[in-house]
Amino acid sequence: METPKLSSLYQQLILEHYRSPRNKGDLPDKTVEIHMRNPSCGDEIRLQLRIEDGHIADATFVGSGCSISQASVSMMTALIKGRALDEADALAERFKQMMHGDEAAAKDRSMGDLRALAGVSKFPVRVKCALLGFDALQEALKKTAGGAAP
Amino acid sequence: MSSFDPVAIRRDFPTLDQQVNGKPLVYLDNAATSQKPRAVLDVVNAYYLHDNANVHRGIHELSRRATEAYEEARAKVAGWINAADSSEVVWTRGTTEAINLVAGSWGMDNIHAGDEIVVTVLEHHSNLVPWQLLARRTGAKLRYIEIDDQGRLDLGPLPDLLNERTKLVAVSHISNSLGTVNPVREIAEAAKKVGALVLVDGAQGAVHARVDVQALGVDFYAFSGHKMCGPTGIGALWARRELLESMEPYQGGGEMIEFVERDMSTWAEVPHKFEAGTPNIAGAIGFGAAVDYLATLPADEVAAHERTLMAYAMERLGAIPGLRIYGPESVEERSAVVSFTMGDAHPHDISTILDSEGIAIRAGHHCAQLVMKRYGVSATARASFYLYNTEEEVDRLADSLEVVKGIFG
Repeated sequence: METPKLSSLYQQLILEHYRSPRNKGDLPDKTVEIHMRNPSCGDEIRLQLRIEDGHIADATFVGSGCSISQASVSMMTALIKGRALDEADALAERFKQMMHGDEAAAKDRSMGDLRALAGVSKFPVRVKCALLGFDALQEALKKTAGGAAP
Repeated sequence: MSSFDPVAIRRDFPTLDQQVNGKPLVYLDNAATSQKPRAVLDVVNAYYLHDNANVHRGIHELSRRATEAYEEARAKVAGWINAADSSEVVWTRGTTEAINLVAGSWGMDNIHAGDEIVVTVLEHHSNLVPWQLLARRTGAKLRYIEIDDQGRLDLGPLPDLLNERTKLVAVSHISNSLGTVNPVREIAEAAKKVGALVLVDGAQGAVHARVDVQALGVDFYAFSGHKMCGPTGIGALWARRELLESMEPYQGGGEMIEFVERDMSTWAEVPHKFEAGTPNIAGAIGFGAAVDYLATLPADEVAAHERTLMAYAMERLGAIPGLRIYGPESVEERSAVVSFTMGDAHPHDISTILDSEGIAIRAGHHCAQLVMKRYGVSATARASFYLYNTEEEVDRLADSLEVVKGIFG
């Protein structure tokens, strides 16, 4: 028997992304790649982005880890494709708010499938799993901005 | 008729008596740290309430009492492992510091460029990284004893691994990640033939059976108090007195000196030579109390109980489709640890789900990344048992793994 708290964590949508991740694989024409690891649990992803004209033209990842980390990055890649860089950064910030228990963020339609991860905020030790992909995203955005500077 | 009753023993451990997430706690993370009996907590508390003072310093009554209790504890721990003399037991923060002490003191003086240090793939990082650091500083070389598919040391190549360049063999008594019990005595005999010293990481080995350091035929034995009913932050290094006397101090400071001059000082006798600064007095006294507590239990029956639990856990978990158990198949070759994975359910997900059922296990690489790499996994789930665990708790674990199956299929 699953407890209600547990059911809120392991939603079908999460398990579905975990089993059939979106945008998984190498991106041959990537412009930036970030390797992010969580040393305490071994979760690992390589986020690959093709950035064109201030937009994320394409996004993929390769990696392995728990259902939360892998589902989160899968949902994220689906959502950031086609977005402007500042929009992608705003999404990452909004997601962090949701991980810190912000209920308005958990209802924000712009978050798409990511809303299924709202239950993670009740499991503080698993929040870092959900953030792995977004940490990589923000790192990639920072790197891109740095590279573009004169 | 067995006089050991694990259900009755549980009353000695206040932490066990609680609900976690609405269910009675099942604590199966004992390889990480054991719970503490009230007898130990009371002794530590009484020390702080009545006798608190610094040791080996004062003339006053409290300092005398503190010093006496501190040294009595050393004698108790020395007796527990059958050391020839209590001066052969050096207090440390734990197993990790004990190993670092040997690497920093004996290692820096006796390991030179071109020398070889033999370690095993099974080692906890605490018995691996100190030797990597030493090898880097001295130009020595690390060589590995590999493991077979069942996580047992492959001693076949040992005659080739050991040669006149081998200065040290560092091996764990019991693997923390797989539970493999290593043939330490056999390895020590082989090492002795080429004149190499042997260090044993006893963090798990000192816990599940009474260790006799003299009979083991090794040179250094490192272990911790907190995995055997004692407080955290206290452990010990055992070595023969002559060996300890031949070694330079590990850290400088108060307590470890005899006379201090402008240019150089002389050292206190062993073991104090290795105990710079105010030590973990309450921890040492608590470790002594832990040994006192364990001495009240029938050791053979406790060991038999832990073996029965292990066998039962192997049977129950082994019957779950898709569950893979790592480590030796034979119960005779393993101890109190069941490391497993379950289909595509990541160990962290398994642990979160079990936690919601009130069951504490460990999920991760268990500070043994070389073992994980050997099996091609990033992590395992690990249930580890101690004297107060029951078959009913194994049932709770096995039944709760059904919830994992329900979610992950």
